Amino acid sequence: MSQPDLSCNFLGMTLRNPLVLASGILGTSPSLLERLAREGAGAVTTKSCGPEPRAGHENPVALAWEGGVINAIGLTNPGARDEVPLLREAKKRLSAWGVPVFASIFAGTTEQFGEVARVVAEAEPDLIEVNISCPNVASEFGTPFSASAESAAAVTRAVRTAVSLPISVKLAPNVPDIGRIARAVADEGADAITAINTMPAMLIDARAERAVLKNRSGGLSGPALKPIALRCVYEIARSVSIPIIGTGGVSTGLDAAEMLMAGASLVGVGSAVWKDGPAAFARISSELLDFMMESGFRSIETMRGRAAR
Amino acid sequence: MNRKGLFKAYQVQAARQENARTRTLILDAPLPSEPGQFVMAWLPDVGEKPFSISGNDPLTLTVCDVGPVSRALCALQPGERVWARGPLGKGFVLTGTSHILVGGGYGAAPLSFLARQARALGHKVVVCLGAKTHTELILSEQFKDMGCEVLAATEDGSAGLQGLVSLPLLHALEQNPTAGVYTCGPTGMLLAVRQLCRPFQVPTQLSFEALMRCGVGLCGSCELSEEICHLLGIPTGFLVCHDGPVVMAGS
Repeated sequence: MSQPDLSCNFLGMTLRNPLVLASGILGTSPSLLERLAREGAGAVTTKSCGPEPRAGHENPVALAWEGGVINAIGLTNPGARDEVPLLREAKKRLSAWGVPVFASIFAGTTEQFGEVARVVAEAEPDLIEVNISCPNVASEFGTPFSASAESAAAVTRAVRTAVSLPISVKLAPNVPDIGRIARAVADEGADAITAINTMPAMLIDARAERAVLKNRSGGLSGPALKPIALRCVYEIARSVSIPIIGTGGVSTGLDAAEMLMAGASLVGVGSAVWKDGPAAFARISSELLDFMMESGFRSIETMRGRAAR
Repeated sequence: MNRKGLFKAYQVQAARQENARTRTLILDAPLPSEPGQFVMAWLPDVGEKPFSISGNDPLTLTVCDVGPVSRALCALQPGERVWARGPLGKGFVLTGTSHILVGGGYGAAPLSFLARQARALGHKVVVCLGAKTHTELILSEQFKDMGCEVLAATEDGSAGLQGLVSLPLLHALEQNPTAGVYTCGPTGMLLAVRQLCRPFQVPTQLSFEALMRCGVGLCGSCELSEEICHLLGIPTGFLVCHDGPVVMAGS
């Protein structure tokens, strides 16, 4: 019997496997993105860029704990203008691997989202991921646009008007009805939804009598996030028909299968890189392949939504 | 569950002034770790920075005052607390039984841990130390007490040979042509050591310093430049915190 097929079609692209490097993890340079492609990612997402360069927060910015990782890097980026040549270079290098490049963007206002998207589109990324849900910059940018269907829709409209490239809007888990927000985003013409961003959280060191992160709160990711992500993806899949990049706590091949079965078309991988580095991609895809063989799944598509019926 | 990601609180048991700017903090508990590995040291309300481990039982950090965090660490008195997470990264691997250690400035700190490990195995250790001037040479006496041969060079000639650390290194290589070379210090020095060792075809391990933020291979801040990766013959996209800080230079 021939091996099951890990490749998948997504918005007209063909990926060699469904694993996508999640935004915010290592996507800071063409050479790192190239390494992720070399180490087995099916697609990569760059670290979010915004209208202006940002240094991000001071240390401590990230640490691992029993349930995964918590971080408040603070959207460190060179600004959209300087991101364009980096994206072009990344596109050029990753096309040799057949690995699509997704460009993540953020902004402080609806109008700026449109402007940043227009600038980034010059580099012709394969998709623009619209990050409306970073949990770590509320002191500067206020409540994330992902908090309500109305603000999420407004940003989607602005980006949709600005660019013709495929767009995926990245949603936050901490909302009462994520399905409603997904519908609003889909109605404004989003091609896909990325779900979910990290969950706002805090670690305190009792001996230090302090929050551990300099920013005090941060985004929780890793295994603790997975059940939350599965439920969000399930709800979104029931609410809209556009594809979902299911992201949150996937660190094994079984986790990836679960995410597909919740209704995701692609699977984001981020914090899993903490334990075995970029080699996590090759491991997770080989575990996914093993699972498919043992369970008789011939393709990624046949797994999608199995647990959501 | 893995606790190594979180901070652990230590108390300063003793402190030793190495020179005007450098202080060694001997903490109150061991940390199982290898020479070349590092910790992220945190002082609440001050900040967090990476420091190489200069001893693991008890955990010992040698800190040079170059910024707010290192200054506050240097000011710690016995009884005061410091937090650390780690050990992080990949350290040196002793190859063979004869070793040349090359330290620039406070790059000597992790090498003292390596020297102690090698000497405990009965290996021969030659230490080449370089600094601008004699007051910046550190740990020289500690290396001698361990039974290492110490060769120093200062740029102003105030101690040892006058010049760069490449002078004593060349001498040590000629005397010990099969020794492994282990080095820690500023990037320029590491690359010079690498160039010097190349014709001798000796295994060369270089420990890089880098700006580190997450320390666990997630943020990308500490990526080694592509130019350096090409010079060292290693794949690009090298993360100093995760793949390093020790680089095994390719041939």
